Amino acid sequence: MFDLEPSEDQKLMVQTARELAKNEMDPAAHDADEAAKLPADFLKKSWELGLACAAIPEKYNGASMERSAVTGAMILEELGAGDLSMAIAMLAPSLVAYPVLDYGTDLQKEIVLRACTGSEFPKLTAALMEPVYDFDPTALRTTAIRSGTNYVLNGVKTLVPNGSTADSFLVYARVGGTGFDNVQAFFVQRTVPGVTVSEKEKNMGINALDTVTLTLENVGVAPDTRVGGAKGIDFERIMSYSRVAQSALALGVARKAYEHSVTYAMERKTWGQPIATRQAIAFMIADMRIELDAARLLVWEAAWHLDKGRKATKESYLAKMVVDEMVLKVTDDSVMVMGGHGFIRENPVERWLRNGRGFATFDGLAMV
Amino acid sequence: MINFQHGDSLNNLAAAVEQIARDHMRPFTRAVDEKEHELNPDSYINTMYEVLKMTGGAMNSPVMGAKEGGEKKRRTGNITSVVFIEKMAWGDCGMYLATPMPLLGGAAVGSAGTPEQKQKFLARFREGKPKWAAMAITEPGMGSDSGAVTTTATLEGDEWVINGEKIFVTAGKRAVEDSEGFVVVWASVDRKAGRAGIKAFLVDHHTPGMKVAKLEHKHGIRCSDTAVLVFENCRIPKENLLGSADVKPTGDSKGFKGAMATFDATRPPVAASAVGVGRAAAEYTSEYLAKQGVAPRYGIGRNKLTAVEKDLMMMEAKVKASWLLTLKAAWMSDIGEPNNLEASICKCKSGRDMVWVCQKAVELLGSEGYSRKHLVEKWMRDSKIGDIYEGTQQIQKLVVARRIFGYSREQLA
Ligand SMILES: Cc1cc2nc3c(=O)[nH]c(=O)nc-3n(C[C@H](O)[C@H](O)[C@H](O)COP(=O)(O)OP(=O)(O)OC[C@H]3O[C@@H](n4cnc5c(N)ncnc54)[C@H](O)[C@@H]3O)c2cc1C
Repeated sequence: MFDLEPSEDQKLMVQTARELAKNEMDPAAHDADEAAKLPADFLKKSWELGLACAAIPEKYNGASMERSAVTGAMILEELGAGDLSMAIAMLAPSLVAYPVLDYGTDLQKEIVLRACTGSEFPKLTAALMEPVYDFDPTALRTTAIRSGTNYVLNGVKTLVPNGSTADSFLVYARVGGTGFDNVQAFFVQRTVPGVTVSEKEKNMGINALDTVTLTLENVGVAPDTRVGGAKGIDFERIMSYSRVAQSALALGVARKAYEHSVTYAMERKTWGQPIATRQAIAFMIADMRIELDAARLLVWEAAWHLDKGRKATKESYLAKMVVDEMVLKVTDDSVMVMGGHGFIRENPVERWLRNGRGFATFDGLAMV
Repeated sequence: MINFQHGDSLNNLAAAVEQIARDHMRPFTRAVDEKEHELNPDSYINTMYEVLKMTGGAMNSPVMGAKEGGEKKRRTGNITSVVFIEKMAWGDCGMYLATPMPLLGGAAVGSAGTPEQKQKFLARFREGKPKWAAMAITEPGMGSDSGAVTTTATLEGDEWVINGEKIFVTAGKRAVEDSEGFVVVWASVDRKAGRAGIKAFLVDHHTPGMKVAKLEHKHGIRCSDTAVLVFENCRIPKENLLGSADVKPTGDSKGFKGAMATFDATRPPVAASAVGVGRAAAEYTSEYLAKQGVAPRYGIGRNKLTAVEKDLMMMEAKVKASWLLTLKAAWMSDIGEPNNLEASICKCKSGRDMVWVCQKAVELLGSEGYSRKHLVEKWMRDSKIGDIYEGTQQIQKLVVARRIFGYSREQLA
């Protein structure tokens, strides 16, 4: 029967994430953005909470939480509301852990999943996006060509989170023609010849997140670096998980901007009355709420399809499409609600707008 | 537990209603639009009435869920009702509004009526010939500001005497002239008391002093009769007052609020009817374009999509988002949660976005979309009413904003 009530477990996880967002992320977000650096110890502290890779089974020393995209979406919304840079950074290990959990060989699971349940923040990340205007996961420009028993990788990846410190990159590359079926994932060590890691990229937003450009020039890797070995991955499903995850982060950013606007509009007065009493502002804020609620249901529904074992390609794609538009509009309106003050960096709304603008281009930056 | 799937029994009912929509609505949809009031969709009306009688009027009157003994008790009436209505409006929204059922009038009796009133006015929908009920609030000089009712009701002995003019009464003629139905009339018992003096009255069919003065000619939903009802010394029994007769001192609007609360139950059904029209247009458009070789490439890089693909996808997404919001609001009623905010959210979004969807449909079919050969132009005309009645888009935003800020209607007007 149709039901939108989260389970007790979900409520508990959401609460944990919400507290992290409220106590550690949001208060530090401005300084982190200005300094273009995560707060010292943030990764360590957040890692200890175990939110990032909670579905790794006990067998690998994991928390064995049920693997649920719906639960993931709920948690990521909270983290997105805390701070986008910090959220993506702390979640980066799951970009590697979950595909390995779902498709990896026993050996890969043994190595990667154990690394993702240790006490240290794992120096693992994934590289999917490419620096072109028409980036398309079904037609990656990065290729992996068979050469004997090995693969040779060529291509350029961008927006690789935590890239400066990563030891190992999960690189998505095309092994044949176009389509999801022709994409496989390979582990590439930082030290392998042909790998170049750029300086930290400078972006419009998510400044505190360390992202790099990864260049692969005739990088040879052994067949056992391919996730899942000969069987490989179901990249279509991985993309659905990723799109749900990113959409959930965007919900968080938008929700934060919405909540800020509500509070501000009730305090700020013009001609002696709170601006919230003016329809131009009140209707704008009502619309924020309407679109936010609508988008959340699309994200949850896509996640629910994944939890039912379906590919959810269409659902996650449409959800992300709607969310990307929504988060831009809501964050833009949140700047408008503050007027000139919204333009000043001391106030968070312009940061949310800069972060919010990114979602339409982001792909593969998070995973549930 | 989060679940986006309905139970088997609802799915079976939904499939049955969809079949009715296909067999008894779609074949007549163009004709009832062109002929406006001249053609009664009788085959549909009679079939539907039998179905409604059989199912005990599953969708007759959405009711608020109740918290019994502090325990939330899950009901299914509201979700069932929106699922039915969405399917019927997908068939034809005008015909849906001409469906013999208690509709909004019934919802009012369902949520505010005494057991005797329910027996007297609702039981009749389970027997005999097709019947309709209507709700008359709007007046020539008053619409969104429903507190400004000028129609009066004066107690004379054992009777209320009603005087005034009501316009835009959906199913007004069918309810009071063509069948043994009834109309709920909003009237003031004390003009000085303002909103607190406004009460709802149950006026039975063919009551002397009430007459149908006119049927409107409309942009869309043409086969639905939209009537002007004139009341001249129309006498009804004293016990036909809905709710309490108390007029609280001016400023206190509890009684009025009670009447307004009906809208929390009826806005999701109106949203559902909007979604049905939007879905019809979205489905038709994608099927039509598929025949021309347009296949939306879900999943590929977004900057590779054509403008048409993007529009098709947005149509689909907006239909779904509106529908999920509608289900959410209905679900909240079913579990007994207050849903004033969510009811207005779903009505606002569905009303507005389904207009966009239908207008897009006309655009995407090119000149063919503008032709009356296809139904998309009709759906576009039908869709606009969802943005207007049961509180316009703007009025829904007012409700949403007031809820968000905790403002009264005086603080945010
Ligand atoms: C086909 C049809 C069927 C109908 N069925 C019924 C029925 O069965 N029973 C019934 O009682 N009524 C019915 N109505 C009436 C309908 O509910 C009203 O038309 C509607 O509520 C708007 O009222 P109005 O037309 O007087 O517009 P107005 O109230 O005059 O509004 C005009 C415009 O001003 C905007 N506006 C008004 N007030 C505000 C405000 N405070 N802030 C911002 N914007 C505002 C409105 O959104 C609208 O855009 C029906 C109408 C139609 C067309």
